[in-house]
Amino acid sequence: MSVLTLTIDGQEVGASSDQTILDVAKAHKINIPTMCFLEGLTPWGGCRICVVDVEGAPRPLSSCTTHVTEGMVVTTTTGKLESYRKMILEMLYAEGNHTCSVCVSNGHCELQDKAQEMKMDHVRLPYLNQNMPMDSTHEHFGLDQDRCILCTRCVRVCSEIEGAQTWAVAGRGVDSHIISDLGTPWGESDSCTSCGKCVQVCPTGSLVNKGNAVNEQIKKVNFLEHLLQMRGQ
Amino acid sequence: MNLDELNEIKEKQKKYNQSFDSYIKVCVAASCKSLKSDQIKDAMREKMDEKCQVKGVGCLGLCSKGPLVSVTVDTNKQILYESVKAEDVETLFNATCKKEAAKLPQCSLDQPFFKHQQKIVLENSGEIDPEVIEDYIEKDGYQALLKVLNEYGPEEVVREMMDSGLRGRGGGGYPTGLKWATVNKARSDLKYVICNADEGDPGAFMDRAVLESDPHRIIEGMAIAAYAVGASRGYIYVRAEYPLAIERLKRAIRKARSKGFLGQNISGTSFNFEVDIRLGAGAFVCGEETALIASIEGKRGQPTPRPPYPAEVGLWGKPTLINNVETFANIAPILRKGGAWYASIGTEKSKGTKVFALAGKIENTGLIEVPMGFKLRDIIFDIGGGVPEGLKFKAVQTGGPSGGCIPEDLLDLHVSYESLREAGSIMGSGGMIIMDETSKMVEVARYFMEFCKSESCGKCTPCRVGTVHMHDILDRIAKGTGTEADLSLLEELCDMVGQTSLCGLGQTAPNPVLSTLKYFRHEYDNLIQKQEQPQVNQ
Ligand SMILES: Cc1cc2nc3c(=O)[nH]c(=O)nc-3n(C[C@H](O)[C@H](O)[C@H](O)COP(=O)(O)O)c2cc1C
Repeated sequence: MSVLTLTIDGQEVGASSDQTILDVAKAHKINIPTMCFLEGLTPWGGCRICVVDVEGAPRPLSSCTTHVTEGMVVTTTTGKLESYRKMILEMLYAEGNHTCSVCVSNGHCELQDKAQEMKMDHVRLPYLNQNMPMDSTHEHFGLDQDRCILCTRCVRVCSEIEGAQTWAVAGRGVDSHIISDLGTPWGESDSCTSCGKCVQVCPTGSLVNKGNAVNEQIKKVNFLEHLLQMRGQ
Repeated sequence: MNLDELNEIKEKQKKYNQSFDSYIKVCVAASCKSLKSDQIKDAMREKMDEKCQVKGVGCLGLCSKGPLVSVTVDTNKQILYESVKAEDVETLFNATCKKEAAKLPQCSLDQPFFKHQQKIVLENSGEIDPEVIEDYIEKDGYQALLKVLNEYGPEEVVREMMDSGLRGRGGGGYPTGLKWATVNKARSDLKYVICNADEGDPGAFMDRAVLESDPHRIIEGMAIAAYAVGASRGYIYVRAEYPLAIERLKRAIRKARSKGFLGQNISGTSFNFEVDIRLGAGAFVCGEETALIASIEGKRGQPTPRPPYPAEVGLWGKPTLINNVETFANIAPILRKGGAWYASIGTEKSKGTKVFALAGKIENTGLIEVPMGFKLRDIIFDIGGGVPEGLKFKAVQTGGPSGGCIPEDLLDLHVSYESLREAGSIMGSGGMIIMDETSKMVEVARYFMEFCKSESCGKCTPCRVGTVHMHDILDRIAKGTGTEADLSLLEELCDMVGQTSLCGLGQTAPNPVLSTLKYFRHEYDNLIQKQEQPQVNQ
């Protein structure tokens, strides 16, 4: 680990080499929108919303996975980047079935928040209407694949924090989907400890507590940060 | 094994290979083998007397005329028979052992297809029996490895590679010497060398032919690389769809180990190197280096963002050198003859030769090797024999799903990494699909997008979802129901998916669309303005 200097949005900042662009931006109150990223979990770099321009790179890089280097020149916001991010959101909306008005997470949904933040007022892409299955076999929780944006936070929290490795991604391309215990219904999973961490970190109404009506599902995504603090990490 | 022992094997094998009256070489690489050439070989072996040598050899190149059988009765006169069938064995027997003229279709060896190639990678293809290590040794096999181990330091090998100007043949064209230097400098107790043999581009079969025809060449190249970068373990990642290549590689590794070219204290030095094979399960994305590494580690074959590059953080977190099959196939000749020799072939920035797989609407489908800087028109019309059935040439697709279509008026370009990129395509791994006037370019773009859509791993949003929408739009346009708005959305998606995707698959997926838009935009326009019949059946 070494100390270095870089430029973000014209501002010279100090950082250490084990930090990512996103870490450094956050520390300096520069907002980079994220979706699959969650403090406390290994960065995934999948959603691509946090892409930023780095001088010398042939195309934008995901700020959550790219480590800072000496003399790096980063630009976090340009018209182009904003239009890319908006298009990514449109893609996520068109891929699933995100009908907010009937969703338990309505009003407490990170996908919804992002759309508001980025002023995405309509989706130009046709909806794919994939008709993904639901799994309500678990006693306390439910999984609605239609509302999954494949951020894999559930997969990561289950493996990295809970150590149960219940969740995984199956299928590929647009057929990718979350499975528990190699495809066994969640309620019959041997590995699931019913800890509920996956529900808490899920950014949308895909993984939910049972028994909630519309608007009632509120999640505590930040519990990981507390956990890390308690562990002194 | 030392150099004297190696030379002894070489001389002995040379003598043996010259001790017959007549020689028959039957191509037993995949294409000819699929036409039962191995059975023809066995039948011949049974029939011929002991004064005739019957040998199964690797790819002779002209796959469309297979099965190919080469017969040499007088030392200097080789005759190549094409489309040989099982019932021809008798005739061939009379031709060789009784020296009667055989009335079988002959394939002229004086035609441009054979005359105008320059072979380095394929120098032994069609010459040696890929299952006999002594045959490889006879052709100077393993000379480079022993020379390097006994006379060169690792840095000198890297220097030689730098001098050669060789660039990666897996698609990106990254300078091989530079990559080796990076891994050489990385500090670690353990380093790996990986050979990428996942060859997944539609229409590409260069790597397969090399593995099936001359597997020891890859092992020697990898061992030299391992010595140069300080690695002690190697993996060859081959797609499971190449069973013959896998079988030959396995045998070659076993033989190389028993002769002491692999294992501990190779050639009496302190250098240790072991090679294992890992099989890919048919995902195109697993050819991408970070996904390939994940797959070897037993994980889901998904890429991770670079940086960090495998040269710093690779297999199991260790510095890893990953090169393509054809890249490794160039190593032994470079170290035998010197980097300067290699650099004297080709263009200023693209050195050496390149193997191309000719496919599609072309007379001579098969495998060719030409120096960099060769004119594209000569590849297609001279070596390739042009478009069959009197039809007109329309475009050539290079670089697979990451590449583009090059139209007639650019055919005079001299093939190199730079020139192809300028033309809106890429060299890629060397697949060339030739299209005639009946080809519909929107349909071509739709085909490649369908490929990318179904091969997307699903990790990143732009590639996972973007390829679906791009495909749907292309599908609509091809069917005659697309609109102007569709076309402008398509162009926006091309830019966005290319710029924001996580790995090369998504980053280059728009290329076939962009290049067909660049050169054949009128076909899109005509379909949208309903001036043309739909390009697919509804
Ligand atoms: C989607 C995708 C597929 C790829 N497939 C292959 C492949 O089949 N074989 C290969 O050698 N390289 C492939 N590559 C390139 C590799 O990532 C890597 O650049 C290459 O193996 C490096 O070797 P080289 O420097 O010798 O070219 C692929 C890249 C992408 C993005």
